[in-house]
Amino acid sequence: MAIWIDEESKILIQGITGKQGTFHGTRMVRYNTNVVGGVTPGKGGQEVDLDGRQVPVYNNMKEAVSETGADVSAIYVPARFAAAAIHEAAEAFDENGGGLIVCITEGIPTLDMIRAVDKVNEFEKVRLIGPNCPGIISPGLDGGCKVGIMPAFIHKKGRIGIVSKSGTLTYEAVAQTMSVDEGQTTCVGIGGDPVSGTGFIDCLSAFEEDPETVAVVMIGEIGGSAEEEAAEWVSENMSKPVIGFVAGSTAPPGKRMGHAGAIISGGKGTASEKFAAFEKAGIYVARDPSEIGQVLVGALIEAGLRES
Amino acid sequence: MNIHEYQAKEMFREFGVRVQEGIHCKSVSDALAAYDSLGSEIVAVKSQIHAGGRGKGILYNPESGEEVMKGGVKIAFSREDVEEFSRNICGNLLVTKQTGKEGKIVSNMYIESGCDIDHEFYLAILVDRDRKSVLVMASTEGGMDIEEVAENNPEAIHKIWADPSLGLRDDDCASLSNSLGLSGSSSTQMIEMLNSLYAMFIEKDCSMIEINPLVRTKDGSMVALDAKVGLDENANFRHPWRDEVRDLSEEEDVEIRANDLGLSYVKLDGNIGCLVNGAGLAMASMDVIKLYGGEPANFLDIGGGATRESITAAFQIILEDENVEGILVNIFGGIIRCDMVAMSVIEASKELGLEVPLVVRFSGTNHEEGKAILDSGEISIHTVSSLSEGARKIVDLIGGDS
Repeated sequence: MAIWIDEESKILIQGITGKQGTFHGTRMVRYNTNVVGGVTPGKGGQEVDLDGRQVPVYNNMKEAVSETGADVSAIYVPARFAAAAIHEAAEAFDENGGGLIVCITEGIPTLDMIRAVDKVNEFEKVRLIGPNCPGIISPGLDGGCKVGIMPAFIHKKGRIGIVSKSGTLTYEAVAQTMSVDEGQTTCVGIGGDPVSGTGFIDCLSAFEEDPETVAVVMIGEIGGSAEEEAAEWVSENMSKPVIGFVAGSTAPPGKRMGHAGAIISGGKGTASEKFAAFEKAGIYVARDPSEIGQVLVGALIEAGLRES
Repeated sequence: MNIHEYQAKEMFREFGVRVQEGIHCKSVSDALAAYDSLGSEIVAVKSQIHAGGRGKGILYNPESGEEVMKGGVKIAFSREDVEEFSRNICGNLLVTKQTGKEGKIVSNMYIESGCDIDHEFYLAILVDRDRKSVLVMASTEGGMDIEEVAENNPEAIHKIWADPSLGLRDDDCASLSNSLGLSGSSSTQMIEMLNSLYAMFIEKDCSMIEINPLVRTKDGSMVALDAKVGLDENANFRHPWRDEVRDLSEEEDVEIRANDLGLSYVKLDGNIGCLVNGAGLAMASMDVIKLYGGEPANFLDIGGGATRESITAAFQIILEDENVEGILVNIFGGIIRCDMVAMSVIEASKELGLEVPLVVRFSGTNHEEGKAILDSGEISIHTVSSLSEGARKIVDLIGGDS
């Protein structure tokens, strides 16, 4: 088991004929991800070669979903079209029993995202991850299901869930679990934008329910108060150990640190507040991401899940 | 991206938000001409810089460092006052709570007609990240720091949220106006203003509109006396007019150059330069340097599309900072391959004649090939396998807490 995606998931790529769509689509197929089709308006009827696999292209999401029965979509379209792509995917999935939209695109205007998230929320069975994120991956025994841009080879099927706002820091967390010989159930990059779909609590709650996940690594960063709320949720609802790190202790206030959402404004959203909230909630804190592995081992031992 | 008050007020006028008459000036003679044409005996002479806290700021002579005047926003009661204040402002350095001690040279002023203030309010429109909607926040305590009000007098702050597809609801606007104690024509004007500002927020893709103070005048009019507007940079592609309102002198020159190269750079005060891929990892690298007793000199994310050219440019930008005594490169290869970065690092070191210690940590895609390239080169580069080790090493090489 894993959360939201597994080897059975059927994936569509929005923007499949674009450079990003083809590049990452190829890598997804190489990892044995079940890519069943793609969408590029005006290019319906064509096929795209993804690592030797001929994948059909459709003109729109409704057609693509009803033809293929897909339940996951990866969006690689440019920022100016991305919100429309989310709307389209949400409607198509809603009519076909629901689905997961993973928006990789970076640089979408915030007001577009407010409307897109509102649209997705109209549909109970549609979930959005991102935007501006590395995506989601559930490693399997032979490859796995990778919906996004993360390097697949660093992962291994296992029992740790990972959720993070940052891309490369997620990879760092994965490498940390691997360094102590633990694999992952699912790794979710929720993205660093101010307004996005799935948040920490959605992921934590799915990991809590997932029978294969025994512990969760949560990576936050400065800005907003999502980490504080997640910490509170953990203290009230989570039975599995959570290991946490927050990036940005040294970030100066008022400066945007790469991610549009990573900004300390009006003295709020600092790393020290977030670390304090983690500690208060009983989350195992790593102050140095290179120590996540060791902190995880400690937490697993304490929970009786590892000998040493 | 931020714009000046005079530009924000121009936008307010366009959307029918009431402001006082005012004129943008760049010199003392401009200011005097503006005074004459406004025809108001009392005017405000306002320094135009992006940072807040102008009123309580102090102006200094940029050459001698001598204090010239207290207050970057002054009320002038005569033509002579206008001359004196604008002379003290123009070309001088304004230091406020938000500029840091280096301050900002003021090259723009705004001369605005005075008005009879009855009460000062606070009004802001911004994005509420948690509720994923646009928030309107108002307070009866205008002219004060909103953070202070939130701390000491939270019941004075009132909020309403816009519906993402329907916008502001009339009854929410009415109740907000009511909570501020407004009635009659003041209330009608307030509700109109809320709708105009919301329309502007959406149409112009703002990230923030803040009016502090928003005043009720003695005759009951609601007037935006100040205007602070932030624009969402992600929406630049659909607002070509922004090139014209952008004031590059308000941005760090090197940050602009970095941005043009696809790099995200923020200068800090330390002595250890960082070159990292990914915003989160870049922040974490700074944090870990600090954790082991060093001080990061910068935030630098080379992004997912980095090339040899952009990596060389990144080194150049780091080395322009004279405080830099060592550099930590931290790459977790995904799309970016560590071997490509390794070759770029060697080329950049040769091209730039790199003399400071360099510690490189590679992980992920082709990290072994990358390390081999660095180890076989004739340039002395310290390769390490974890971020922790890298941070300790670079701190150690430059001699700890210097």
